[in-house]
Amino acid sequence: MTTEVPVAHLKRNQSARLENWSRAFYRFRQSWLSMIGLALVVVLILIAAFAPFIVPHPEQVQGATNTAARFQPPSADAWFGTNALGQDMFSLVVAGSQVSLFSGLSVVVIAVVVGTAVGAVAGYFGGWIDEILMRLTDLLLTIPSLILAMAVAAALGAGVLNMIIAISLTWWPVYARLVRGEVIGKKEEQFIVAARALGANWLRILCRHILPNIVSPIVIKASLDVGFAILTVASLGFVGIGVKPPTPEWGTLLSGARSYMPGYWWTAVAPGMAIFIAVLAFNLLGDGLRDVLDPKARR
Amino acid sequence: MLFFVLRRLLLIIPILIGLTLLLFVIARLLPGDPVGLAAGPNATPELIAQLKRQFNLDQPLPIQYWTYLTGLLHGDWGMSVFTRRPVFEDILTYLPATLELVIAAFLIAVLAGIPLGLLTAVYRNGILDYLMRSVALGGIAMPRFFLGLLLQIAFAAWLDILPLSGRYPLIETPPDTVTGFYTIDALIAGDWYAFQIALAHLALPAIAMALSPLATIMRMMRAATIEVLQQDYVMTERALGLSSRLILFKYVLKNAMTSTLTVIGLYVSWLLGGTVLVETVFDWPGLGLYATQAILTQDFMPVIGVTLVIAIIYLLTMLIIDLLYGVFNPKVRYA
Repeated sequence: MTTEVPVAHLKRNQSARLENWSRAFYRFRQSWLSMIGLALVVVLILIAAFAPFIVPHPEQVQGATNTAARFQPPSADAWFGTNALGQDMFSLVVAGSQVSLFSGLSVVVIAVVVGTAVGAVAGYFGGWIDEILMRLTDLLLTIPSLILAMAVAAALGAGVLNMIIAISLTWWPVYARLVRGEVIGKKEEQFIVAARALGANWLRILCRHILPNIVSPIVIKASLDVGFAILTVASLGFVGIGVKPPTPEWGTLLSGARSYMPGYWWTAVAPGMAIFIAVLAFNLLGDGLRDVLDPKARR
Repeated sequence: MLFFVLRRLLLIIPILIGLTLLLFVIARLLPGDPVGLAAGPNATPELIAQLKRQFNLDQPLPIQYWTYLTGLLHGDWGMSVFTRRPVFEDILTYLPATLELVIAAFLIAVLAGIPLGLLTAVYRNGILDYLMRSVALGGIAMPRFFLGLLLQIAFAAWLDILPLSGRYPLIETPPDTVTGFYTIDALIAGDWYAFQIALAHLALPAIAMALSPLATIMRMMRAATIEVLQQDYVMTERALGLSSRLILFKYVLKNAMTSTLTVIGLYVSWLLGGTVLVETVFDWPGLGLYATQAILTQDFMPVIGVTLVIAIIYLLTMLIIDLLYGVFNPKVRYA
């Protein structure tokens, strides 16, 4: 039997990591804008998660209409008024948060996964693999992403999943570029050479040694991107591509309101403000995370 | 310098060839039946076959691509299945409207963003600084299409001082075409009345597009100016007794511009790609509306054409931006 020495070592290691996190959160709390962002994001996620219980008129979210109550201005009954079909705008906007948040987050997750894989392989191996992957990335970056996403989404047909695929297709190249640069910066470091000397294969070196060390820039970029992904989802809905009614989506709701504009302004203001607040919330949160995680950007 | 420009211009050609190939592959991999959509629900198989022959869609993909690529060289950008017109002619019709809008928005963003960035940096933590920073936070998060709708409600419906949408009233004849930009054409014709009408129609969409880039340029300029103001050479200049105005405009402005230029360059492609949204809101007859219509009818030649035009403008802007770096910073001038 050996004596149990390593326990003490492990504990110290963990507490140091915990201290890092609490220090990071302390810095995060210093900025009230970041805290507002965090609070808004939490509220948005709660609204999306509990939408089925909040929505006052679930049947109208499914597409039921109530033509007797068309274009009611905002009141105690219908907080955000009703639209051309007499549907309660509050119900639609709350239900729409599910589609918007889900697709916005999915787009960023897919883009991070694909972009990291492509960028890591290109950066680690270099040579002709790097050449081919990066030329493809550069070409995709030259194409106006909104138009490409619109074209792909329209061709794939309506639906939330198709829209997510279309936007992700235009979104990963940025991450590929970012990760490639970071991997190239890390791969010549001593600890990588040591890992290679110990006989680790490329997959292990990438996943266990390089990627954990470049998480910060990816997280910063991703958290700043969620807001813009939500904005892009709404943009596709607004030009009439992507999600089709009756699925409530903020951009589609706004586009439907356009025909009744100056007179029935509330049909546009409710979904528009929802998009604005969601994008603002994720931007503030992303700014806060960047200030905490990126020592260079801190002022 | 000339050599550098020529080399960069030549490098654009392989990029464009790569782009056409990529777009062609994407267009063919996607499901969709443009001919069926264009021919309508009652089309006979004979009509569809004839249409396919007419638009060269019955050939194998490599041959289609080769025909397209050789056609590009003599200005044949393919036919639109939907409008039944050559894509190149369509693009020439719609491009000036989009360019006028994008350039107007760009000018607003740059001409307001840079001075505001300087001002807020100099009077840091003042009232103007806090006000503009709040506006910037909101401006970046504000969707262009929602801002456009709000501007329409405020200025066209409630205040009734600016037109709701469109580029020029249908009942009036626009000024004679010289540049295709109505505002400039009106000035060339010396028609003050037409200029006012064109400018009034341009104002709201340009502002709706400009807010987000304005906010970003202002933030970037503010951060860069603050950083430059803390440099040792600025302190030296102060110690030498140079006036604040001279230090700010001769030394700080130039150095802060270098990092701001990168952001400005990126926004050109953002503006061009995003015209789709603002043109939809304001029924602005430009490339964005044309592309949207083509996309909805799965008509791929115009989509490829519009994408190529935007890519060319983007690549040329990047070249100009690279040359501008040299104007502001002699260290990166190209020999």
